[in-house]
Amino acid sequence: MTAIAITPEADLRFYDLDEHDHPDGHSTMLGFWIYLMSDCLIFAILFACYAVLGGNYAAGPGPKDLFELPLVAVNTAMLLFSSITYGFAMLAMQRDQLNQTRLWLLITAVFGGAFLAIELYEFQHLIHIGATPQRSAFLSAFFTLVGTHGLHVTFGTIWLFTLVVQISRKGLIEANKRRLQCLSLFWHFLDVIWIGVFTIVYLMGMLR
Amino acid sequence: MTAQPTPISPIFGRFTLDALPLHEPIIVGTFAAVAIGGLAVLALITRFKLWGWLWNEWFTSVDHKKIGIMYMVLGLVMFLRGFADAIMMRLQQVWAFNGSEGYLNAHHYDQVFTAHGVIMIFFVAMPFVTGLMNYVVPLQIGARDVSFPFLNNFSFWMTTAGAVLVMMSLFVGEFAQTGWLAYPPLSGIAYSPATGVDYYIWALQIAGVGTTLSGINLIATILKMRAPGMTLMKMPVFTWTSLCTNVLIVASFPVLTAVLTLLSLDRYVGTNFFTNDFGGSPMMYVNLIWIWGHPEVYILILPLFGVFSEVTATFSGKKLFGYTSMVYATVVITILSYVVWLHHFFTMGSGASVNSFFGITTMVISIPTGAKLFNWLFTMYRGRIRFELPMMWTVAFMLTFVVGGMTGVLLAVPPADFVLHNSLFLIAHFHNVIIGGVLFGLFAAINFWWPKAFGFRLDPFWGKISFWCWVVGFWLAFMPLYVLGLMGVTRRMRVFDDPSLQIWFAIAALGAVIIAAGIGAMLVQFGVSIWKRDQLRDTTGDPWGGRTLEWSTSSPPPEYNFAFTPVVHSLDAWYDMKTRGHERPLSGYRPIHMPRGTGTGVILSALSLVMGVGLIWYVWWLAGLAFAGILVVAIGHTFNYKRDFHIPAATVETVETGRTRALAAGA
Ligand code: HEM
Ligand SMILES: [Cu+2]
Repeated sequence: MTAIAITPEADLRFYDLDEHDHPDGHSTMLGFWIYLMSDCLIFAILFACYAVLGGNYAAGPGPKDLFELPLVAVNTAMLLFSSITYGFAMLAMQRDQLNQTRLWLLITAVFGGAFLAIELYEFQHLIHIGATPQRSAFLSAFFTLVGTHGLHVTFGTIWLFTLVVQISRKGLIEANKRRLQCLSLFWHFLDVIWIGVFTIVYLMGMLR
Repeated sequence: MTAQPTPISPIFGRFTLDALPLHEPIIVGTFAAVAIGGLAVLALITRFKLWGWLWNEWFTSVDHKKIGIMYMVLGLVMFLRGFADAIMMRLQQVWAFNGSEGYLNAHHYDQVFTAHGVIMIFFVAMPFVTGLMNYVVPLQIGARDVSFPFLNNFSFWMTTAGAVLVMMSLFVGEFAQTGWLAYPPLSGIAYSPATGVDYYIWALQIAGVGTTLSGINLIATILKMRAPGMTLMKMPVFTWTSLCTNVLIVASFPVLTAVLTLLSLDRYVGTNFFTNDFGGSPMMYVNLIWIWGHPEVYILILPLFGVFSEVTATFSGKKLFGYTSMVYATVVITILSYVVWLHHFFTMGSGASVNSFFGITTMVISIPTGAKLFNWLFTMYRGRIRFELPMMWTVAFMLTFVVGGMTGVLLAVPPADFVLHNSLFLIAHFHNVIIGGVLFGLFAAINFWWPKAFGFRLDPFWGKISFWCWVVGFWLAFMPLYVLGLMGVTRRMRVFDDPSLQIWFAIAALGAVIIAAGIGAMLVQFGVSIWKRDQLRDTTGDPWGGRTLEWSTSSPPPEYNFAFTPVVHSLDAWYDMKTRGHERPLSGYRPIHMPRGTGTGVILSALSLVMGVGLIWYVWWLAGLAFAGILVVAIGHTFNYKRDFHIPAATVETVETGRTRALAAGA
């Protein structure tokens, strides 16, 4: 919004005669941010369900019987590292270093993949010992909350690879930089959500 | 626990030929009529070789004006379906007395009231409101399009895909029999094993994606694309109410998405969120769905409050009384709408203190709403009022809505609600506010902005017939329900024992017939106006003496809306320009940067539709393929970096010279 000074009636301007195109993607970051908030709301509902239903074990296993904190700690570390490496990718992007950017992105993907692998292992283990999502409302809420986060990381990873291809093809052009920034917001957002999951589901679960 | 009546084939899922309701003569008849009508339309389009035009100029267009109009058409078509359901219920309810079963069996009747509610809210009111905002907001803020034009097209097609699913359920399988909010445990797999609830879920989920994205889009548009000088407190009131509406959309539709996802997990995976056993809690669903549901009613009404503000100011020839208080009232309503949801289930045993809290918050909302009403009245006071159709609808709204609002406050009193909950009194109340507020507002808006969209006015004669039929019909159709509700008649009833009630249902049915006449007159009004468009032509672009920027450009506006972006100095920018002698620039045109149309939105929504069908019928391979298709197309779309083009200055010049000539000829 350019400020237009209102001086005497005579040169009051009612039309912008010397107008320039809106720069491409001028609303993208705002729009993406709003989208993230709407996604955040979905997680809020899942957290609320977990908070309300999380104690309903239906005579089945509870958190203390199921969670292995060391494994979850490793998993958390994977995700946190991936956020740091994504940060390095962004720094490289700002210096216009294509190869560095790509390298850090791929490292991020490796950490993300490790996180997913550990999560899948945990799920598989739980299901194997009979703690299935169907067993109790607590387990339904647990699998859904953690699984939804995992799905987001999966989509983030697919997106990441798409961007790697795109920056390889087109270089670090403005459009690609904007996309990398969006994914950056998304990735860090998932980190924040995971901290919530880690605290409320795992740590507080052990205290229950 | 999942008792499946039919075995699931790996190829067809649970679809068998029995799923086609060939044994229901009413449905077969409807299907025949729809099929013949549909084929006729398709044949006509082919005959006049309109496919290319439809595809290039409309379906793939990212122009907010065309998308807005397509939304309105969708809303209108679905309204006819929703109203057909209403008439069926009205007929059943006068009929089924004195031992008669009426003409609809319970299985069918339950689908009819569910479909009516779902269609009217999600596929009539929502598309109408979204379409209106889409059309008007960018013009009012002096912009050339929305922030994300492709997303806009995609959102529209997702909404349409949802509507198609609901329509499909009429002829293939069945629709939910749960009521429009599908409360569990009834909507769980144990009590609703067939496809009905799945149609419901996927129709709403697919349409919901569109709604949320369009909300994000319009917020970004309003915040980022206003003309220079238009500060927030210089925004037209309709834009303000649209902003608040879209904030509500983005802050509530994800809740619906989440809760429906949980319900589908219960149904498909066998989780226990809302089941009766294994620790599930159906109450959780009721809370969550109303955390979306109450804001939803404000999503529907707020934009129309904006419409009434624009119409009252324009047709009273005065600036709106209390602009600032109007804005604050809107914002306060937006916030308060999140802290009242529990009034929908006072009877569910939350205890006296919780009920009192929510009762009081609900009553508090009537304060800003009342403030708005007074603002409109004071705008009219000593104004030079012109009773054109938009103004007539506005006055009808004020008289009708006040009654609906007062019965609402009545329902907000928990002890009273214990008596009236789930009764026809409630049905009367919400139709009173929805028809008297949302529909009347839409009719005001359609009559108001039609000349902008098409360049000619709507015929006032048929418009007035429609107006009087609607208003009289509405009062006749719904006042009896207040009476019945006070006498204790509950909603969703198919047959009645007490013959003394029949007279009230007869009056209500008569009202519905008069409303039908009103709808018919409205369709005639559209037809006649198109027929006589040369007599009704408006060349000025400003037929009503408008006050906001959409009236500063031609009717219909050129693709780029404004050859030069207007500069805003005060509220009611166009009025300001007119009174302070603006001059339309006649030279110095520049090329204008515009987004390019794309068919990706149509393809993605078609794939989503296929995925929905696959999920509803347990045809897993189809759902999987469609999902993979969505991913591929969506990713492929991001590889297209060329999304815009420039309209050459010469083209702009030609268009604008045409406008100059039209203006001179009209003057
Ligand atoms: C145009 C004239 C209309 C008529 C004659 C009409 C009539 C009816 C009737 C007879 C019922 C069933 C009442 C019962 O449970 O016994 C009903 C329910 C309902 N109507 Fe309408 N209606 C109309 C318009 C609308 C509109 C415009 C909307 C919303 C935009 C709407 C939303 C609903 C909803 C949500 C229900 C509740 C469905 C349920 O019980 O699950 N109706 N209507
Ligand atoms: Cu409410």
